[in-house]
Amino acid sequence: MSWPAADPCQGLEGDLYARVFAEGARDDTLILNMGPQHPSTHGVLRVLLEMDGEYVLRAEPVLGYIHRMHEHMAQNRAYVQFFPNMGRVDYLHALAWNWAWAGAVERLAGLEVPRRAEYIRVICTELNRINSHLLWWGAYLLDLGAVTPIMYAFEDRELVMDMLQLITGSRLTYSSFRFGGVLTDIDIEFVSRCRSFLARMPERLEMYRDLVTGNAILRGRLEGVGVIDQMTARRYGATGPVLRGSGVPYDVRRAEPYGLYHEFDYAVPVRHEGDCMARYMVRMDELEASLSIVAQALDGLPEGHHIHPDAPRGKWRPPAGEVYFAVEGARGKIGVYVASDGTEIPYRVKLRSPSFSNLSLFAEIGQGTLLSDAVAILGSLDLVIPEIDR
Amino acid sequence: MAILTAPIQALAAVWSMVVGLRVTVTNFFRPQETIHYPRQEVPPSHLDSFRGHIELVGADEDPAKARCIGCGLCAELCPSFCLKVVAEELPVDSAVCYPSQAGTDLLMPTPKFRAAPPSQTQPRKLLSYHLVYHTCSLCGLCVQNCPAGSLRFSHDVYLAGASRGRFEFDLMERLRGQAARGGAKGGKAHA
Repeated sequence: MSWPAADPCQGLEGDLYARVFAEGARDDTLILNMGPQHPSTHGVLRVLLEMDGEYVLRAEPVLGYIHRMHEHMAQNRAYVQFFPNMGRVDYLHALAWNWAWAGAVERLAGLEVPRRAEYIRVICTELNRINSHLLWWGAYLLDLGAVTPIMYAFEDRELVMDMLQLITGSRLTYSSFRFGGVLTDIDIEFVSRCRSFLARMPERLEMYRDLVTGNAILRGRLEGVGVIDQMTARRYGATGPVLRGSGVPYDVRRAEPYGLYHEFDYAVPVRHEGDCMARYMVRMDELEASLSIVAQALDGLPEGHHIHPDAPRGKWRPPAGEVYFAVEGARGKIGVYVASDGTEIPYRVKLRSPSFSNLSLFAEIGQGTLLSDAVAILGSLDLVIPEIDR
Repeated sequence: MAILTAPIQALAAVWSMVVGLRVTVTNFFRPQETIHYPRQEVPPSHLDSFRGHIELVGADEDPAKARCIGCGLCAELCPSFCLKVVAEELPVDSAVCYPSQAGTDLLMPTPKFRAAPPSQTQPRKLLSYHLVYHTCSLCGLCVQNCPAGSLRFSHDVYLAGASRGRFEFDLMERLRGQAARGGAKGGKAHA
């Protein structure tokens, strides 16, 4: 037996991305894979780093771990059949994506939504935002080495999930909005649970402040780390708390009002430092803002239908045309573009997800930081991977 | 003043940690919030709104017989193609008796929002109804749109298995089993 003269795999050994990334590397540096197993990447995101000792010289996020082709799936399904996908694009703020899809198709077809349904949408979406920020808070601190806060966050999350289960039937990947309203009306039990949650949270937020926010170790890890100036944030198209942490008061709920958000009184939380602490504080402030919006919506909840009596049913054909609709998710601006050719299946769907733009920042702001700071910066961007890989 | 700044900052840092430890110690003496499954289980009242896999609703006159009219709308609307409904078409002159569309699931909108069955004139007899639950995304389109009010969500939160086959259901057989136990007629779903 003789071996072939040339190995057919020659030149293909090793990892493609690492080899391409290593081409520009200095001889005295180390190429380090941060993830997909590293806890601070939450499993699926991988970042290639070129390290000089403890310092990051270059950073390159590598995408494509959970590619699911949501946009292509939309072009193979009836409009209403695409709803369950929305809960999977961002599993932490699924209702915002539900709203983005429902709102886009409603705008395309000129569908009317009853006032009560709009209020229910606001309540559910804000509760879901609180849920998302609580999970981020716990997981971020876990990345930074604090184990107990996630237990406290999950205690409060549990209450929100119980409430949302009452109206959506699910606990994470919600699929409860429909064209022209929402699937289920809210009942007296939901309202009473919601009010007791609103009464409980100020004390809990105070406890969070005592436990972590004022902590000298946390401040040492976050203050002055990963500074994103306003122009850099704008250049990369960052949105949400990342942009507002850099001093830009852009919030889709205020800038391009949708639903009935213009009827609620709340301030858009903004911080000007641009560092990890600023992004942290924006999210903590947003928890309070969302609680305030939910309280106002509960107080003003009107009577009426939770779904329009003439709402389209089953597979239906919206008129031909194209439309863009944006909502404010927990991570930033969620956009849905739909082109319809008048059939029961969308001709083209494009999703604009905030995590993709926010992650793109990392390659620039990660340069020159310590490895431990890179973990803090990556966490402060609050990434949800299916949004990036959609 | 610069001499004083460093000690003051150090004291403030130590104090911030004392405040944090106070929270930890206080919480240490609070009752536990979690449930120690399998020693404890979630109270059934907490599962009233839980959307488990779908199941058939028994007819008023015979709980072992499904209300389903075999129209296949649920299978047509399912985005995951996880339903298989087999029905036999009966002669058109057979007496067509559509069951009551009274709301069977508190989670769903009132029946006036449900879609019309594909054919109101062709009577069918349901032969089999299979659910492949491991591909279901629990969107609720089947339950929402069933014209006969024949579907609802179960509250089976503890469903677990080591093979895919464990999550493939013959819902008609399941309904007969429920009827034999006396729990399938209308009202609330049972695991």
